[in-house]
Amino acid sequence: MPAIVLNEKCDGCKGQDKTACMYACPNDLMVLDKEKMKAYNRDPWYCWECLCCAKACPQQAIDLRGYADFVPMGASVTPLRGSDNIMWTIKFRNGMVKRFKFPIRTTEEGTAVPNGGYPEGDGDLNSPALFTEPASLLLDAVPTLKK
Amino acid sequence: MPMNFETVEVTTDLLIVGGGMAACGAAVEAAYWAKKHGLKVTLVDKAALDRSGAVAMGLSAINQYLGIGKGKNTPEQYVEYVRNDLMGIARDDLVYNIARHVDSTVHLFEKWGLPIWKDENGEYVNEGRWQIMINGESYKVIVAEAAKNALGMDNIYERIFIIEPLLDGDRIAGAVGFSVRENKFYVFKAKAVLAAMGGAVGVFKPRSTGEGLGRSWYPPFSTGSSAYFTIRAGAEMTCQEVRFIPVRFKDAYGPVGAWFLLFKSRATNAFGGEYMVERRDELQNWAPYGLVKPIPANLRNYLGMLDVMEGKGPIFMRTEEAIAKLAEAYKDDPKAFKKKMKELEAEAWEDFLDMTISQALLWAATNIQPEERSSEIAAAEPYFIGSHSGASGAWVSGPEDIAPPEYFWGYCNMTTVKGLFAAGDASGATSHKFSSGSHAEGRIAAKAAIKFIVENNTQPNVDMAKVEELKARTYKPLELYEQHKDYTTNPEVNPYYIKPKMYMFRLQKLMDEYVGGVSSNFSTNKPSLERAMELLTFLKEDSEKLAAQDLHELMRCWENIHRTWQAEAHIRAVMFREETRWPGYYFRADKPKLDEENWLCFVNMKWDPNTGEWDVFKKPIIRLNVG
Repeated sequence: MPAIVLNEKCDGCKGQDKTACMYACPNDLMVLDKEKMKAYNRDPWYCWECLCCAKACPQQAIDLRGYADFVPMGASVTPLRGSDNIMWTIKFRNGMVKRFKFPIRTTEEGTAVPNGGYPEGDGDLNSPALFTEPASLLLDAVPTLKK
Repeated sequence: MPMNFETVEVTTDLLIVGGGMAACGAAVEAAYWAKKHGLKVTLVDKAALDRSGAVAMGLSAINQYLGIGKGKNTPEQYVEYVRNDLMGIARDDLVYNIARHVDSTVHLFEKWGLPIWKDENGEYVNEGRWQIMINGESYKVIVAEAAKNALGMDNIYERIFIIEPLLDGDRIAGAVGFSVRENKFYVFKAKAVLAAMGGAVGVFKPRSTGEGLGRSWYPPFSTGSSAYFTIRAGAEMTCQEVRFIPVRFKDAYGPVGAWFLLFKSRATNAFGGEYMVERRDELQNWAPYGLVKPIPANLRNYLGMLDVMEGKGPIFMRTEEAIAKLAEAYKDDPKAFKKKMKELEAEAWEDFLDMTISQALLWAATNIQPEERSSEIAAAEPYFIGSHSGASGAWVSGPEDIAPPEYFWGYCNMTTVKGLFAAGDASGATSHKFSSGSHAEGRIAAKAAIKFIVENNTQPNVDMAKVEELKARTYKPLELYEQHKDYTTNPEVNPYYIKPKMYMFRLQKLMDEYVGGVSSNFSTNKPSLERAMELLTFLKEDSEKLAAQDLHELMRCWENIHRTWQAEAHIRAVMFREETRWPGYYFRADKPKLDEENWLCFVNMKWDPNTGEWDVFKKPIIRLNVG
């Protein structure tokens, strides 16, 4: 089943009303079994393998087991997402391991200001200019065409 | 009703439906203009904003960036590119409008914290002419953050699936939906509604039908809600025949853009032949579009499909050859060579890890190192995605300063229903806007929607009797299940209802076999389409018998009702257009040629909410004087 929750590592996000994976999954697949206090993927056949759940999991309890109908067994791809970068560990079927680290953002989390620091335009609801334009276009005016 | 469902009413000025790129762009722009005019903006999302929509997983490139301010390209050039790629079928005014604003949005992304690749001079690194490379794992998280900061979480409703529009005569009045987590039914009353609920996946049978059913190229949670919502509101729709078939790395659907454009890779058939070279003459049959550069995406598809049909598959992306070529320049300096190889390797893997993790896993599971071995590519199944190389969506007004009078009715990006706006995959005939253009279009539509509200500042009337009726219809699948589940010992198999998964398979099978899916070689004809309509009519009748055992399954029921309407609109448009215009997307075998004289036009349609009748008709293409 595509995104899998490891029994030993999952702590059900310590009994909060929803787990991190339930919050993240864009397809509403992750559910908390309140008796076992473990999350699980309820529809593996509908999982996109986006790993939004694994990236959000505070316990690193979520792994990927490739689609059984076309992916040979034995490989793994595991993300470790930090505040400004992500580390990927890729294990091949033949045992080879590769590791890659990529940046994910250049600013502090939470600091995205809607206007991006660009001066706002003339505030005219009738003009074609969007609220940060023309500054955010790096132009003096919004381009137009002669009709 | 088996359970008690509370009705929650929310009254607002502008309702944004959706949570992807277009909706986030709309949120940021609407918040500014709404504040200025003392208006309220509310966003409602089926998932959670951080990771909802098609960019949930991330992306490795931004596919629309012009660099106008840096003198690199003009919006006119973009219009020319798009109209040729779509074989002449595009709204120049809308494409121009997005193109002139898209850079503004990309510059905001960078300020918000999206890492964009830079060269030694500090300039963006282009993948192709219009595409720039990013470290995009958190692309959506960053874009969502700006939207949240603009609107405030108090105005964002998550995990609520909007299923039906509310109308007041010829004007939109709001929308209804249900929480997928709580026993709550939501009624949003609004002066304007902006639809941005994505494209449609899973209308056709996919190549993988086991666990891999979820590995669609576009996300499985894009289920035709935009099309359904706008059709049901009575909005005129366009380009419903223009589906998209992506050619991608086979089975896991890893992106090919970086390989073709950045790494300059070739694709060859199993015998080493290069279809783009060997089949060049075929392009003459699709002139004038077959003769332009770059060759339209559907024609590139088609040449590869011809190879496969002739038994020359599989087709391979020659990754090893491309990497060797790129590293060749460093061959005399072993240290520099090693460094370059390492760099190319990381770039190749990041391309997948940022946006198609499954493909990285498939490579690892089959011991593929791209610098050593080629990988198979193939045409996937059909998708409805107006933001990419498809074009289906609502017919919307153009911008006042550019649109010809026939394409302008008061407010940019407004559908033919008063107060109902559309952006991203929800608006049609504006292909190649991708993630960045969808965000820009969301902004454009949001500003126009606020203008509409300022100039039409009355709360439309919502008929609460109609709302009660919709509520009962919404939860009917739960009721049906409770009523009949004990009739059989296995509630999955029951003569009184159909579960949404089997319903979906029924839809996918008929679309695949009769409307030109994978198993019919993307080919169809009039009798097949008529047979499809016959089977679809049975299916629509049986949609009344959909059953759900919980709220999650209820969501699946409604997703499939939405898909069904996208399917119907598609069949009707393919049937109406009596020619083959996009042979690499679908082939009308009974009308196998391009017919410029009769069919260089839009195919539009309308469903009348009062009579339930469909009307399919032509609309002229009015070119802007560019190119």
